[in-house]
Amino acid sequence: MAMTLTLSDSAAQGAQDAPHRRAVPVGAHVAIKGLSHAYRRHDGKVLDGIDFEIKAGEIVALLGRSGCGKSTLLHMLSGLTHPSEGEVVINGNRIHEPSPKWVMMFQAPSLFPWMTVAQNAALGLKFTRRNDQIAKRIPEILELVDLGAFADRNAQELSGGQQQRVALARSLAPKPEMLLLDEPFSALDAFTRRNLQRDVRQIARDLGLTLVLVTHDVGEAVRMADRVIVLKANPGRVFEDTVITLSEEERSGGSDEFQAEHSRLMNIYSQAADAPGEETETPNDFTQI
Amino acid sequence: MSDAVQLPSTILRIPRLGSARSLINALIGIAALMGVWWLGGFIVENDPDLYAFSDFAPAPTLERLWEMIVSGEVLTMSGPSLQRVGLGLLFAAAFGVPVGILIGRAPRIHEVTNVPFQFLRMISPLSWMPIAVMAFDTWDGAIVFLIAMAAVWPILFSTAAGVRRIDPAWLKVARNLGAGPLHLLGTVILPAIAVDVMQGIRLALGVAWVVLVPAEYLGVTSGLGFAINDARDTLDYSRLAATVVVIGVIGFALDAAIGQLVKKFNWVRAAAH
Repeated sequence: MAMTLTLSDSAAQGAQDAPHRRAVPVGAHVAIKGLSHAYRRHDGKVLDGIDFEIKAGEIVALLGRSGCGKSTLLHMLSGLTHPSEGEVVINGNRIHEPSPKWVMMFQAPSLFPWMTVAQNAALGLKFTRRNDQIAKRIPEILELVDLGAFADRNAQELSGGQQQRVALARSLAPKPEMLLLDEPFSALDAFTRRNLQRDVRQIARDLGLTLVLVTHDVGEAVRMADRVIVLKANPGRVFEDTVITLSEEERSGGSDEFQAEHSRLMNIYSQAADAPGEETETPNDFTQI
Repeated sequence: MSDAVQLPSTILRIPRLGSARSLINALIGIAALMGVWWLGGFIVENDPDLYAFSDFAPAPTLERLWEMIVSGEVLTMSGPSLQRVGLGLLFAAAFGVPVGILIGRAPRIHEVTNVPFQFLRMISPLSWMPIAVMAFDTWDGAIVFLIAMAAVWPILFSTAAGVRRIDPAWLKVARNLGAGPLHLLGTVILPAIAVDVMQGIRLALGVAWVVLVPAEYLGVTSGLGFAINDARDTLDYSRLAATVVVIGVIGFALDAAIGQLVKKFNWVRAAAH
């Protein structure tokens, strides 16, 4: 295992150093095989028999009500949690531990309050001993998330939306192959959230990143994802796997096409939430127009 | 495009409006202390039974203090004391910070060590004096040991409390970005607890400075404690009182200096959203 990690590390390094290739990582390919999980041996399963693949560069939403195990599943994609059964294979390698190549973003930005914006954004490069890239990479990446003027400010002086943008810059700086978003916009106001949803999708597409986001917000899934995997709870299983066919313009909302996709997905979400023997929950959908 | 209006950073640096008032109040406090001292001297001077102690009054004391400052005696007597306190604090921090981090990180170690450490903490450091004298070859060694025994607990417990308050999300984020154990320590844990460690050292200094004087009654022939003892034996009361003033002033200055360091290491911004 250590061997394969070293090899893939140096391969990625080589790709970044090659002068004529585009300096962007190609998104990760993910295969989830027979994955089941229980927190304790005798507890019920949180996840049961999950099998699906995510193509390189695909933007996938895991949608479901609370308790369907979507967040647990995302932690397993990151390598921060290990499934009790089955495996997660990324680019052909079974993953055992977290890696800066697939970075998670959480609901709280969790910036280090004793650091400036630029220092926070540079953490991934520092941890992976790429200090020599910081001077060039960090201004670029802060520009990308519209925080170019904030580099030397203390992280605590920023608004919630700006802090989440720093967290995004921090995740993107080490040039990951995949971003994993665990409801990262749910604590933000509607306007800020919309901007970030649009910008994150745009950035992921531009960089060719694989993007997996967990949400219970149907509108967010329709706005951001190419494909939505709806999960049902008790135990967490894939209820439906569906493609969102909207143009970039239609995704901004308001169009009939957007409304139609939204209604269709809301319908699936409700069916999954109403699956037998379960209490229902109203989806958190205050972004609907 | 950005999500909020950019505040000019000068907003964070408005001078405190109360600073003039607090200076005046501090001066009133100092004047009151001097008043009580003068009154005590006045009573002693006019009481035939106590007349021998009249050199404790402000006038002879401050006159003597000035002589001691000019002659360099103040530096000679406080140098060795500062060295002993410094060494004692250094040993206390060298043990207290790493062990505090371990205790804060591992609940198991906390549970195992809690009773022994709380037990040892409640023993007056001066009660180790006979053991220290036997265990160390030099008086200096014994004094540094006593100071370290007094100083280690505030540093250890403050460090452990700081580690327990670390946001677990910071560690998760760092691990996710590829941080190894040394990165977690150097980039997350130590900066996060720096202010707690400094607060522990500030408390420790207070205790150490208190323990220093009685500890220097032991064998040594230098330092502030020795000077007090020596002045008492030679009935040189103005020198004794002047030494007391020196002890108070140095202790106050050291505490204020560490207070500034605590502020410097405190990463919480008052104007945070």
